[in-house]
Amino acid sequence: MLDNTSSPTASRPSALPKLPKAPSGIEGLDEITEGGLPLGRPTLICGSAGCGKTLMGIEFLVRGIQDYNEPGVLMTFEESAAELAANVTSLGFDLPQLQAEKKLRIDQVHVDRSEIEETGEYDLEGLFIRLGHAIDSIGAKRVVLDTIEALFSGFPNEGVLRSEIRRLFRWLKDKGVTTVITAERGEGTLTRQGLEEYVSDCVILLDNRVIDQITTRRLRIVKYRGSTHGTNEYPYLIMESGISVLPVTSLQLNHEVSDTIVSSGIPALDEMFGRRGFYKGSSVLITGTAGTAKTTLAATFAAEICRTHGRCLFLAFEESPQQLVRNMQSVSINLAPYLENGQLLIEATRPTLNGLERHLVSIHKLIREFRPDAVVIDPISNLISVGNLSEVKSMLIRLIDFLKVNNITALFTSLISGRNIQQEMTEEGVSSLVDTWISVRDLEGIGERNRGISILKSRGMSHSNKVREFLVTEQGIHLLDVVIGPGGIVTGAGRLTQQLQEQAQLMAAQQELERKDRELERRRRVLEATIGNLRTEFESVEEELRQINHEEMARQQALTEGKAQFTQPLPLQRPNESQQN
Amino acid sequence: MDEEYWELRLYVAGQTPKSVTALANLKKYCEQYLKGRYALEVIDLLKDPQLAEGDQILAIPTLVRKVPEPIRKIIGDLSNEERVLVGLDIRPRGSKGPQ
Repeated sequence: MLDNTSSPTASRPSALPKLPKAPSGIEGLDEITEGGLPLGRPTLICGSAGCGKTLMGIEFLVRGIQDYNEPGVLMTFEESAAELAANVTSLGFDLPQLQAEKKLRIDQVHVDRSEIEETGEYDLEGLFIRLGHAIDSIGAKRVVLDTIEALFSGFPNEGVLRSEIRRLFRWLKDKGVTTVITAERGEGTLTRQGLEEYVSDCVILLDNRVIDQITTRRLRIVKYRGSTHGTNEYPYLIMESGISVLPVTSLQLNHEVSDTIVSSGIPALDEMFGRRGFYKGSSVLITGTAGTAKTTLAATFAAEICRTHGRCLFLAFEESPQQLVRNMQSVSINLAPYLENGQLLIEATRPTLNGLERHLVSIHKLIREFRPDAVVIDPISNLISVGNLSEVKSMLIRLIDFLKVNNITALFTSLISGRNIQQEMTEEGVSSLVDTWISVRDLEGIGERNRGISILKSRGMSHSNKVREFLVTEQGIHLLDVVIGPGGIVTGAGRLTQQLQEQAQLMAAQQELERKDRELERRRRVLEATIGNLRTEFESVEEELRQINHEEMARQQALTEGKAQFTQPLPLQRPNESQQN
Repeated sequence: MDEEYWELRLYVAGQTPKSVTALANLKKYCEQYLKGRYALEVIDLLKDPQLAEGDQILAIPTLVRKVPEPIRKIIGDLSNEERVLVGLDIRPRGSKGPQ
């Protein structure tokens, strides 16, 4: 307390010893306080009724005993030891057992003004002696005073009381015990009696707020002398296992990434991704309007994870496990065997069952216990019914971070309301958080609806830009080949019509071709026939010509011969010659 | 009923001035009003700290009237005689109360 303020040379952190801290053992609190409560000093926990101040004190003691082997003393001013023990039994804290083991000592201080008469001077040495005795008898390292303000109603002399309380805290510090003092919150002040004046090392404020009929408990560290700490308001829960504080933004974006690819369970869908699937440990969001087979896609993925010997946690916010298994059976996704062999865990809860924080914590708990390779949440949009937008978003951020840090592939489905296909902003605004975003939608044409699937984004790999039509058949989900019509990609009946038309066109073209072939053949034959005729004609003409030629030649010859006869003396009479011509 | 027996216990913590004063005052009142009808036990919590819990002792010094019932506690050095008598429900001999 003295050192911190008077050390301007804090630039050498390694040389200076850090403030020693006592880990509280309360989930999340040690993370925010960067190690725990100040060791050997008092810490004030204040808050209004029903915040869990006493519980936090008791948990601090019990965890100290169980996890850090530090015995503790609980001095209660309000409830009896038996009452306290009964109150925390449900959290699994067995106070009587710890008392029997001499690890815990509960001292109930009962102050009843009606039976106390005050005459003259006094001090509270009795309280010191009792506390000192309790601490020494078990060697306690931790002390909880719950709620010391009750003394103010028992002793009329406030002046004495205040100086004694101041002396008490000083004394506890000297004794070196880590003390938690609980106090009721006052009007405009942290505590009703201004205890924060005396306890100045660490003050934790608990708050119980009701917004929209939903209670959220929040914790804030008001001050922590000599130490840095988280300054935000952190939601915390009182659960079956005690208090759990959730640091909203303490996780950093520095998790390990995996290069392994996880299949979506649908080969054709995988083919739309450049690396044929999702990266392991990435988060996938499937958005779509009602009835676009989001759950079926999710179940296909879950079944694929199980088929490849992974473990999958399926958080169903809409259907019971039995219903889910039955419904998926109808599309040949058989989840039952994986349920039986423990690879698949379907956890079905109504979102309204718990507040958001509790959902988150129970999911954390399930994940830690089940150690899945993939988590499916169907759907996240239902969570909106238990929280407002920013709360749901902050919860999902934390969940996604948690899953990423643990390298768990996450698949969320989300219902988009409204008819507008362009509406690609999810209500939760988680789209910027997820790595892969698949959109399923209704492609409503003339008189029918078809389902289309497209990839809006996929970090770290290329992806198809096409809207593919898919069918939910008895054999599961089938992506159909892309059919491009005159107006772009066609689906459903349009697709069929298009296909029929194309077929008809093809046939017509074929027939036309055949007809043309035949025509050509015919014409060839006609021409050939004509050619034959002409040739015959030509031959006869030729024949005739030859005949004429021949006759002409014969005539010429006869003529020549006749002329010769005229010019030459008459030959000797050869009776045969004249007879031949 | 007049001859009630008084069992008193005075819790002190060492020989502090307040404790010494308280014991002296108490002895004086007892001798004066309860002579022969009382038993006084002085408990030093420094020696027997475990006894503090039983009678719910916080303040020092504390005088506890164990008998007659109900238990009464008077804290302080008992310097105010009247208040001690009222607190212990002791009536001076002279007075004649209805009880």
